[in-house]
Formats: sequence, C-alpha cells, structure tokens
Amino acid sequence: MKYPKDGKFGEFGGKYIPETLVPAIEELEENYLKFKNDKKFKKELDYYLTVYAGRPTPLYYAKNLSEKIGGGKIYLKREDLLHGGAHKINNTLGQALLAKKMNKKRIIAETGAGQHGVATAMACAALGLKAEVYMGYKDTIRQKLNVFRMNLLGCKVHPVKSGSKTLKDAINEAIRDWITNVENTYYLLGSAVGPHPYPVMVRDFQSVIGNEIKSQMKKINNKTPDSVIACVGGGSNAIGTFYPLADTNSEIIGVEAAGHGLKSSKHSATLSAGSKGVIHGMMTYLLQDKEGQVTETHSISAGLDYPGVGPEHAYYKDTKRVKYHSATDVEVIDAFLLLTRTEGIIPALESAHAIAEAVKVARKSKPSESIVVTLSGRGDKDVEEVQNYLNKHDKN
Amino acid sequence: MTRIKEKFSALESQNEKALIAYIMAGFPNEKATITTVRGLVKGGADIIELGFPFSDPLADGPVIQNASTISLQKGTKIAKFFALVKKIRKETDIPIILMTYTNILYHKGYDKFIFEAKKAGIDGFILPDMSVEESKEYLKSAKNKADTIFLISPNTSKKRIEKISKVSSGFLYLVAVYGTTGVKTGVKSYTINAIKNVKKQTKGKIPIGVGFGVSTPEDVKKYIKAGADAVIVGSAYLKLIEKTSQNQLEAKITAFTKSLKKQTRAT
Ligand SMILES: Cc1ncc(COP(=O)(O)O)c(C=O)c1O
Repeated sequence: MKYPKDGKFGEFGGKYIPETLVPAIEELEENYLKFKNDKKFKKELDYYLTVYAGRPTPLYYAKNLSEKIGGGKIYLKREDLLHGGAHKINNTLGQALLAKKMNKKRIIAETGAGQHGVATAMACAALGLKAEVYMGYKDTIRQKLNVFRMNLLGCKVHPVKSGSKTLKDAINEAIRDWITNVENTYYLLGSAVGPHPYPVMVRDFQSVIGNEIKSQMKKINNKTPDSVIACVGGGSNAIGTFYPLADTNSEIIGVEAAGHGLKSSKHSATLSAGSKGVIHGMMTYLLQDKEGQVTETHSISAGLDYPGVGPEHAYYKDTKRVKYHSATDVEVIDAFLLLTRTEGIIPALESAHAIAEAVKVARKSKPSESIVVTLSGRGDKDVEEVQNYLNKHDKN
Repeated sequence: MTRIKEKFSALESQNEKALIAYIMAGFPNEKATITTVRGLVKGGADIIELGFPFSDPLADGPVIQNASTISLQKGTKIAKFFALVKKIRKETDIPIILMTYTNILYHKGYDKFIFEAKKAGIDGFILPDMSVEESKEYLKSAKNKADTIFLISPNTSKKRIEKISKVSSGFLYLVAVYGTTGVKTGVKSYTINAIKNVKKQTKGKIPIGVGFGVSTPEDVKKYIKAGADAVIVGSAYLKLIEKTSQNQLEAKITAFTKSLKKQTRAT
C-alpha cells in the first residue's frame, strides 16, 4: 500500500498510543510527508547513502553456492557491505536527517543486539546529533562489545531492567522517555514497527534495497527475480526488499526465526505461530499467551528476537502476497557455515535464516531461475556465538 | 445511569469533588487487594480504579510496572480478576473502573470481555494506549454497558479534546504531566492552565479527572482549586501498600485516604 492515510494495512497498523504522543506523531508525519518528496532532502540523503554508507550495494551471483546445490541461481544483495555492516544504516541516516530538519536536538532509540543502536550512533555522529539508546539489561550483557561501540561513538546506553529485560522492554522504555521529553526529542525507531507513520517511513527508507535489486536484475537478465527472500525480525530489511517487488510476479518469501522449533515455546516466529494483537502502538501479529500477555521469545540471532512484527507483513500474510516460512537454529548454523565455506562470506545469523530458505528454494528450481536473497548484515558480530554453539554441539 | 455517573452527580449536589484511588489487582497478593479496598471505602474514596496487569505497560512508570510484574508473577488471570471483583462487589457498591491495556480486551474480544467485566461489577474502562482513532469497535461493545474513559494531555489540541470528549463517558482523564504514571514533579503551572482550559472548553458537560503524579493532599488541593472534578492517586497508594504489613494495611490506607479526601470537600 502506497501511503495509507490512516496508517492501516487492512486491519493492521494504526496508532495505539498514549494521547501525549499524538502531537509528536502528527508532527513527525507532517514533516515526513513534506521532506520525503523534497528534492534537497532526497539529494542530501542520497549523498550520505552513497559516500558515507556505501550504496549501491552489489548484487552478487553466488556461483559456488548455486552450483553446489545444483538448482536455481542464487544472488546475494550485499547489505552486509554497508558501513556498520548491516542494512540498519539506510534507516538511521534517513531518520536522523529528518530529525535534523525538524530541529530536534535529542535522539533516542532502542536496540536489541545493538545493531540499530550502533547504526543510530553512527548516523548521529555523522550528522552532529546527540543520541541515547535504550537496551535490555540482558542484551547489554550478551552484547557487551556493541555497548562499548556505542559509547565510543559518543552515545549513552541506558540498560533497561523492566519486564523481560530485552528488546520489547527497551522499546517500552524508549516510548516512556519520548512521552516524558516529547517536546524536544526524536524517537528513531529501528524497524518497520510501531505506530503510524513509522512502519511506512522505515519501509520507504529501506526500499532502496528492493529498488536496487529490481534494476540490477534487469541488467543481469532483463527480468525481475523468480524469487526474493529476506529474514524477518521487526521486518525492515524484508519490507524494504519486498515492497518494490510486490507488484511484480516474483515469488516472495519472508523467513522468521523458528529457534528450537515452532512447537517449542522457544522461537520468534510471529507470523507463522502468532495471533493478532496490539503491541508498541500497532495492531499486528503477536506472540502472546491465552490471556493476551506478550510472551518471551528466542532466537540464536538477537536481531530476530522480537514478539511482534511490522504491520505491513501482517497484511501481506493475510492477503497471501508473501509466504512466511521459518528456519530453526540448527538450519541457520548449517546455512551460516555453508555460505562462509562456499563463498567466503560470513553472514549475520539473522541473514543466515534467509540463506537457509534460499537453499531449499534453489534445490527445487531450475538453473534458469533466479533467487535473490537479501544478505542483511555481516556475521563478524556473531562469530563468538557460533563458536560457542559449535563447541557445545561438537560440530567443529 | 452507571455507578460512575451517579457518583459524580451525588457529589455535585454535596458540592464535593471526587477522590479516585488506583491500585493494582493482586499486588502484592489478592488478600492485600481486598484489604486495601476496605481501607479505601472506609477512608471515603469515591471511585476505585483497579489495575489489571499487562506484560508491556508502556504508559506506566517504575512503581506500576513493578506492581504489574509482581501481580503477573503471583498468577493474576482474567477469570481470577473477575472473581475478585465479584468478591469486592459483595462488600461495596463503590464504582469500579478497570484500567489495563488494549491488547487484554482485544485478545479476548471486546464484546466478550466487556460483557464479563460488567457482570462481575466493573463500571468503566481506562485504556491508556487506546486512541480515539482506533476505538470504534471498543466503543460499540461498551455502549450502554460501561463507561469509556479516555485520556487527554496538556498538549492535546482543542480540536482533539472536542473529538475525545464526545466518545468519553463517566469522566475525561487529564494526564497532569508529560511523563508516565508516578513521576513526581510537583504541581506544574502548565497543568493548572490545562485544567482551566479544558474546563472552559467542555463547559461542565463531562467531569474532568486529573491524574499521573498526584501523590499528596497538597497536590490534591491545588488541582481541585484549579477546577478539577476529580483527582486520581495511584503510585502513592502502591508505595504505601508495598511498605505496609498486611495487619496494618487497612488502617494505613484508611488514614491516607482520609487525608486526601479532605481536600476534595468544600471548605
Ligand atoms: C543483520 C540484521 N538483519 C536483520 C535484522 C532484523 O531486523 P529487521 O527485521 O527489521 O530487518 C537485524 C536486527 O538487528 C540485523 O542486525
């Protein structure tokens, strides 16, 4: 949906927010609508995306991997090559620039593993803004290095000790900060979630991924890809990949984190196993118990460890435009090792979910068919996690 | 007429304003909730706001967050909550408002939840994350069953106040400060101005209740003087409950309530 005025994708999305935030959300929407088509703004953002972040990213034909599987041709959209090592910078540069235009001096953000926090800290440093990041206390322990990285970049990190002490609580705390400092603060949300206009705005900033894929594939074989695949946490790299291709014939698949399996309680597969509900200002699919309490999630990749999902994905699921599958921790480790060894590319564990699915799709398709996978990030941050996993499971 | 509306008109005829007390059901346990309610009634509270815990209370400060977490850990469930309300209803006719978050009602279904709540003795609802834009289904389900109390803030535009007071019934909840529940900032002049402006705009068509950060008799006095029809005290009660032993609870709650209630009577 191009720009839903009421923020609704079918029944999903909307604005379920405390009244104090309404003027701030209205101001944000007004400014976003004004600047998104502003030539100067677009030029400035394009400048930063190009010379600072490193766009456009290559579309790489993974020949070794494709031949090893012996089916369709797998192409990797190399978001892992961006500054900071993930797609997150597409969004943080866009929103930080918008905040600057809105004359907001104080930026707040939430982060799970720390990827969005780091990308926020980078964009804010580059644009001369002050950032503070909320991070679940558990995550500050699990991802110590990213906390230090944010500190190095001049950003204050607030450990969040409420609730389950993870990403969802960091979002709650960021919203509470915003309610308290609503006059001077810009909330830089990290995924295509939250109240309108965030899901649309983040999608638009991430759509550079899908738009580049479209034109790059056209150059390669003069058509759109037969399949496109991306991993889904909050859903920002996926919606940025999918949205520009939604009106083509491409098969589109989003991959969620199945953790220990969908039948276990240890997963983050919101669309595959959740039900409708309201969280963080939006109506969407949600992992919750029988009483409507939000449940805790698990994934080997911290970036997919979130009990909600962007409302446009909820809509694509119900309208069946996108298929949502999932990959277990075990499948993800296999995919991680496979890509690393065949192509010399270490993927983020989040992105390895998409690789796991791509392998399944490639196996069933012909060499004339093309499969594009968004490699949302690089895996340097995950090597310790993988090492621990391999030691534990004796897989070395 | 609901119990809430009856209460406001009774108070009006006595030239009194309302004291609304917020407590979290099941914090620190069900017995304490029942005892607290007795203390509130004895102390002269006019309306009780009973919180039902939610895993992600994004409009609440640390005190209510903590109370939610403990209540959930103690096993507070919807059916148990309704049973508790029924128990309370055997003892008192005081208006009871349920305060929780949208997902709790949505997940069970607005119709079903509101029907059961009403049957248990709930008179109205406060949902801090329910915006007027998303409220159609909720309002339809609550119509002629329970009051729907919406919130406004000192930064809410006149146009929105107009829109919100149309769907609000029972009273209109004015959030006193920019912030979450329980923040203690003292009485701000912007709040006093907001009370005066809202009163002027709504012309007495709906009572105005002021809450968030109201914690002392002095706060109550100032808000009432500015024109509030009701004050809501929450976190201060929870703090008192937290530090008081069960055998002292009723007396302490009664005394604190009396000190607050005194400020709502014409002098
Ligand atoms: C590399 C990478 N991919 C994917 C994600 C998931 O986010 P989203 O679903 O918003 O793209 C993250 C989040 O931290 C990430 O770091």
